[in-house]
Amino acid sequence: MAFFSTLHTTIKGIAAAVPKEEISNWDYEHLSESERKMLIKTIGVEKKRRAPKHIATSDLCFEAAKVLISDLKWDKKEIDILIFVSQSKDYFLPSTACILQDRLGLEKSAVALDIGLGCSGYVYGLSVINSMISSGGFKKGLLMVGDISLVSCNYKDKTTYPLFGDAATVTAIEYDENAEKFNYNLGTDGSKFDSIIIPHGGLRNHANKESFDEIEFLPGIFRSPLNTALNGFEIFNFSIDEVPKSILEFFEKTNSNNNSYDYFVMHQANLLMNETIRKKIGFEKEKVPYTLAKYGNTSSASIPLTIVSELRNKLITEKVKFLIAGFGVGLSWGVVSFSTDKIVCPEIIEVE
Amino acid sequence: MIDIKEFIKILTSEFDIESDFILTPDTSFRSIKDWSSMHGLIIIAMADSEFGVTITGNDLRQMSTIQELYNLIKSRKEQ
Repeated sequence: MAFFSTLHTTIKGIAAAVPKEEISNWDYEHLSESERKMLIKTIGVEKKRRAPKHIATSDLCFEAAKVLISDLKWDKKEIDILIFVSQSKDYFLPSTACILQDRLGLEKSAVALDIGLGCSGYVYGLSVINSMISSGGFKKGLLMVGDISLVSCNYKDKTTYPLFGDAATVTAIEYDENAEKFNYNLGTDGSKFDSIIIPHGGLRNHANKESFDEIEFLPGIFRSPLNTALNGFEIFNFSIDEVPKSILEFFEKTNSNNNSYDYFVMHQANLLMNETIRKKIGFEKEKVPYTLAKYGNTSSASIPLTIVSELRNKLITEKVKFLIAGFGVGLSWGVVSFSTDKIVCPEIIEVE
Repeated sequence: MIDIKEFIKILTSEFDIESDFILTPDTSFRSIKDWSSMHGLIIIAMADSEFGVTITGNDLRQMSTIQELYNLIKSRKEQ
């Protein structure tokens, strides 16, 4: 695994935006009442937000960024790097980050680029933007991380639709000579690339007429090759094995343990999976916040969304030490530790 | 490794099965009311946390009874 640190950057603020429409798994039509009960209890997802067709992930990022920049009282001229981490981009090309640079009114001297990762995206995004800012060439950066996932899930696929929700976030990062370092432990296993996949529409399998055909993969489970397909058992075993291992390795490398951190925030994958990981590394329940019940699995947005939703008051008033773990699609995973000290954190923004 | 009676006790509580349905070694998983992939995840999580054993989706597809599941976990644990 790749263990490394970045220096001289600090998080100044985090904002999250969600679509206004809330949907509930109690209303999901492809499960019986007792199946819904079992699903909500096991995977922990009760409600989530769903973006209407006219809202793209970048719109949620844009709204969150507007509020965050204004609350930070940042001068837009000083924002010289923007990174957009997502698997739900505006277009095949160009990069969504370029569009956001213009919409936000950033200078033409700003650097803007996309990173295509999902559940591990926040950790990877932090590692890239911090590395670039720590070089000393940049002053202020925006890390935009989020996904609109429900649009690619088939409503008639009970293995995906009840799980996911839509959300996006922005983290503001600044160069700071005296900042505490960020530590990372990152890994990849592409041999399981098809465990979470949208099979058609890229260059490997061009979109064609068959791409739109709904197929019954298992009794009662329908999807097309343009929908997200999820191998739940494989992802489950990967996560409960690889994530605790990389955290224990991280503890060893950093000479730290559970007590070194105020909070352990995981990608909100599914409750049974997350609880199995939590118990394996022995974190107390009180230190591990969840938003699965309110927002579902929001892919790359889930970690910063959970921080804003559950820890906002602490973020604003106190210094907080975080241990973070993102894991999933790729397969790709990462652990990062950092501290925040009385940062700006607007309430969750609802977008219509 | 615990005996199959104890194993069934754990499974009954993990599945949160109503008291009018009694699991036996010969019970087929799929006969459990509203059997779904959620039950599969519960089995995988239990095998990992209680016994330190990995059960895959393929394993589950190839088994049908509680006895078979118990035997597999036991043999992997003893390896």
